[in-house]
Amino acid sequence: MIIKVENLTKRFDSITAVDDISFEVEEGTIFGFLGPNGAGKTTTINILCTLLSPTSGRAFVAGHDCMKEPADVRKAIGIVFQDTTLDKDLTAYENLVFHTYLYNVPKDEMRGRVYDALRFVDLYERKDDLVKKFSGGMKRRLEVARGLIHRPRVLFLDEPTLGLDPQSRANLWEFITKLPEKHYVTVFMTTHYMEEAEVCDKIAIIDRGKIIAMGTPDELKRTVGGDVVYIKTTDNVNTKEEIERLLGLAVSEKEDELYLTCNMGDTCIPEMMRTIGEKVLSVRLQRPTLNDVFLKLTGKAIREEEAPPEKGIKEYVRAYRRRKEK
Amino acid sequence: MVNNQSPNLVEFNAVYVIVAREFKKFIRERSRLFSTIARPLLWLFIVGAGISRLVSPDVGVPYIQFIFPGILGMTILFSSMFSSISIIWDKEFGFMKEILVAPVSRFSIVIGKALSGTVVSTIQAVIILALFPFLGFKLGLFQIIGVILICASISFSISAFGIVLATFYESYESFSVIMNFIIMPMFFLSGAMYPVKLLPEILKVASKINPLTYGVDAMKHILFPFEKGKMSPDFPFIIDISVIIITSIIFVLIAGKAFERKG
Repeated sequence: MIIKVENLTKRFDSITAVDDISFEVEEGTIFGFLGPNGAGKTTTINILCTLLSPTSGRAFVAGHDCMKEPADVRKAIGIVFQDTTLDKDLTAYENLVFHTYLYNVPKDEMRGRVYDALRFVDLYERKDDLVKKFSGGMKRRLEVARGLIHRPRVLFLDEPTLGLDPQSRANLWEFITKLPEKHYVTVFMTTHYMEEAEVCDKIAIIDRGKIIAMGTPDELKRTVGGDVVYIKTTDNVNTKEEIERLLGLAVSEKEDELYLTCNMGDTCIPEMMRTIGEKVLSVRLQRPTLNDVFLKLTGKAIREEEAPPEKGIKEYVRAYRRRKEK
Repeated sequence: MVNNQSPNLVEFNAVYVIVAREFKKFIRERSRLFSTIARPLLWLFIVGAGISRLVSPDVGVPYIQFIFPGILGMTILFSSMFSSISIIWDKEFGFMKEILVAPVSRFSIVIGKALSGTVVSTIQAVIILALFPFLGFKLGLFQIIGVILICASISFSISAFGIVLATFYESYESFSVIMNFIIMPMFFLSGAMYPVKLLPEILKVASKINPLTYGVDAMKHILFPFEKGKMSPDFPFIIDISVIIITSIIFVLIAGKAFERKG
């Protein structure tokens, strides 16, 4: 297990940002932390990448204790934070070179690695431009490139597509899903976009600091009760009986359409077609989304909670820090 | 994977690249260089020239020469403080996180930042120092080298002090507070414009706890070694040097602690 978290808790005064969470991440996979803003995702990342100490509990990254061996953890990880952390007054090339020095990349490999990274994210042509001239998508790509340059074992991505246009988001996703194979890196990402979490090998759904569900996207979706198959036929009455006999499942009718709930919609459709094929006019399959999972678990849609709580907890953490520093 | 070079080299690389970044940005931002050079010139040739008409000592160091160490101190004070306070900018714009998650010791970060301030401040002080022939100074090579060395050590100490301040502030709104309540009083109470020994008792105490006072005083020792009157240095040279060194160490230690993980 490349990441191991045991009973991790982080409190800021009376607010519990992370509440007794435990999970493990397998090497070479994409692990997603899914939840509304303010759920505790960023706090967890900050603890894992040694920027924050937990109130209690333990965390290990690449076999090293995040509290006791922060230097070893830092060597093993790359991070792309939610807000950009590039120096806008330096060029793309200079930002990456800065990074190679901090991570002690051997001198003779430095230039080659920086150029490779720039080519990988399609920014080689712009290498000598100041970062302040870059678009949001370009900056994010540059940060991913920077995060990989020292060949980390784990890459943390905190809301990597936040604030990007749909085109850049799609590009970035395509690119992220290739990372484990191309760079032998484990990806730990957070998002509040359901569609994005679909690409993960495993997802933990987090709400109000607690992990409320964990599993592969398919496993999670199965918990909400399976797929719904809608069928339009020339003869609803007879077809309904035939399907019920064949599958042993209850079929209902609504607005001239038959529908049934089954576990594996994709395999039960062909089975039905073999017997009732000639009567069928149209078939559609509706699979549960991760949003349905979240809805079922918390009673609310994930998007509803977007802006206000995020601001709330961020302000709160800031105020807390200020008080502590004085 | 990261290769296993000696840990000292890793830390040296980190310090080097932090300084290199600052230097590169300093070269690029002409306006910053211009404004930090212009300020001491205004003080020297307008305020200094004006006041020297008012106070014209019959013997010893002319006023415009007397304030020269103070003006060098001012150049360093502003430039080092600006350099260190850029940490607040780095925090606000996120770049500080890139540095903080890197596998380098917090002390290397602080030393890198302090040396950044030292390099850019010393360059600016040397530019101002080059004006000495126009002020009637006749300096030998050893005097020039001595002043530059002292400029570099004050720069380091003030930069380290600036870093300590920067760790206490989260946003750049606090900048004007630092400017008005720390930088300006530090300048006025450094013995730059008037000898500390002529100040009222309470201001004398304030001057004595100001680290810049000792830097300015050390330069007075070198720039007018034969002055014995009221314009003469206020403290023994050895005290000046010791205070600069000790405060540097203390500020670096405090800043290093402050950079450890928060909350």
